[in-house]
Amino acid sequence: MVKVGVLALQGDFREHIWRLKALNVDAFEVRKIDELDAVDGLIIPGGESTTIGKLIRRNGLTDLLRRYHKPIWGTCAGAILLAKDIEDSDQFKLGLMNITIRRNDYGRQIDSFSQDIELNINDQRTSFNAIFIRAPRITKLGESVKSLAECNGDAVMVIEKNRLATTFHPELTDMNTVHKFFVELIVKQQNH
Amino acid sequence: MTEELNSKNNGIKLKTGLADMLKGGVIMDVVTAEHAAIAEKAGAVAVMALERVPSDIRQAGGVARMSDPKLIKEIMASTTIPVMAKIRIGHFAEAQILESLGVDYIDESEVLTPADEKYHVSKWDFKVPFVCGCTGLGEALRRIHEGAAMIRTKGEAGTGNVVEAVRHMRTVNEEIAALKEMSESELDTKAKEYRVPVELLKKVRELGRLPVVNFAAGGIATPADASLMMQLGCDGIFVGSGIFKSSNPTAMARAIVDATTNYKDSKKLAEVSEGIGDPMKGQNIADLDVKLSERGW
Repeated sequence: MVKVGVLALQGDFREHIWRLKALNVDAFEVRKIDELDAVDGLIIPGGESTTIGKLIRRNGLTDLLRRYHKPIWGTCAGAILLAKDIEDSDQFKLGLMNITIRRNDYGRQIDSFSQDIELNINDQRTSFNAIFIRAPRITKLGESVKSLAECNGDAVMVIEKNRLATTFHPELTDMNTVHKFFVELIVKQQNH
Repeated sequence: MTEELNSKNNGIKLKTGLADMLKGGVIMDVVTAEHAAIAEKAGAVAVMALERVPSDIRQAGGVARMSDPKLIKEIMASTTIPVMAKIRIGHFAEAQILESLGVDYIDESEVLTPADEKYHVSKWDFKVPFVCGCTGLGEALRRIHEGAAMIRTKGEAGTGNVVEAVRHMRTVNEEIAALKEMSESELDTKAKEYRVPVELLKKVRELGRLPVVNFAAGGIATPADASLMMQLGCDGIFVGSGIFKSSNPTAMARAIVDATTNYKDSKKLAEVSEGIGDPMKGQNIADLDVKLSERGW
């Protein structure tokens, strides 16, 4: 059985753990090096990207995460931290995915929105209610990056090898589709 | 029907969702753009923009009102993290003004002088989410029923004394635990006492917690205070006067952020509590002329 870690420095890590438990997957809070070593894949949750970035550094996880080769998925703030480029910002980042991202690009909280989108995963199209909260916008995709879902023309779910980013929050819904997809990524990697 | 519900709720999921993103974090009171920069650098998840911190509001006396929109706009322009601002209890016109400025959260706060002795703001009417204070479960649920998307303890703002925040958090915890033992008819009676629909009580009983995020506020002044409140079950921390009334705000801000994240790790807590200067002086509750937590109902 795979062990999935959720970075629990700040943000909505509890909701990710609930979704994983709903899939009967072993889920663990990760705050320290030994906890990170013990899991087969990691989710960086939604939260405040500047805060999570600082806490990654202060908790001594920077080097391990920048060299992370296991499957990793970032939602919203997590997606920002995974990006190689953050437009107009010199904040801390992990730079694990060839994407350019722009923070709060849909506006402030009063511009937060939810919308039904189509996920294109495992050669299937699935409807999903995507929740965007002070969301970032992915403005550029590198050649090796594939978009798995769009919303009004923007890529909102992208994958590069075993690295996944969503600018919306599947953990705030009661749908397990995206979590299941990520767990399958981990299983696939283990079987290799 | 669904559409009607959605418009009534005005996107409640989006409102509670932002509070979910703030969890495990520290929200700091700031009175200038420079303060906001210090807060963001320390790792704050949001700032509360206001003209004076609560301890200065106490000292100044008179009527405390919503801050000047100019100040709020300056702080909004200076930081990339969410910005909250306070309105007086029941002052829906102040709320309308803050919503038009685009603040990310409104705190309907007992720290300011109440504007209405009978009605809190009907928060369903707004697209911007609200956080409200509570001293116990009944008060928390009345605010949630009015549309609050986030709750905090009232504590006793501006005192640097954590005892009231602890009392309010423990009261909420005890009252939630008591629901589990109640029969249906006892639950009905409790709902009447709390002046909320019984469905809301049933939801709390089923969840074993409030249906929205619950932060600690009012008197938190040290990293250990933050850890204490987190261990009592809070989702995050508001620090008002505790940072900028300490002798070294930069060090105190950072230490409280680190303590909130690592709240169960006593070794780490000892490390971050070391050499951060003097916390704000603080006051005994018995010596206060005005108890802010008695405002609102």
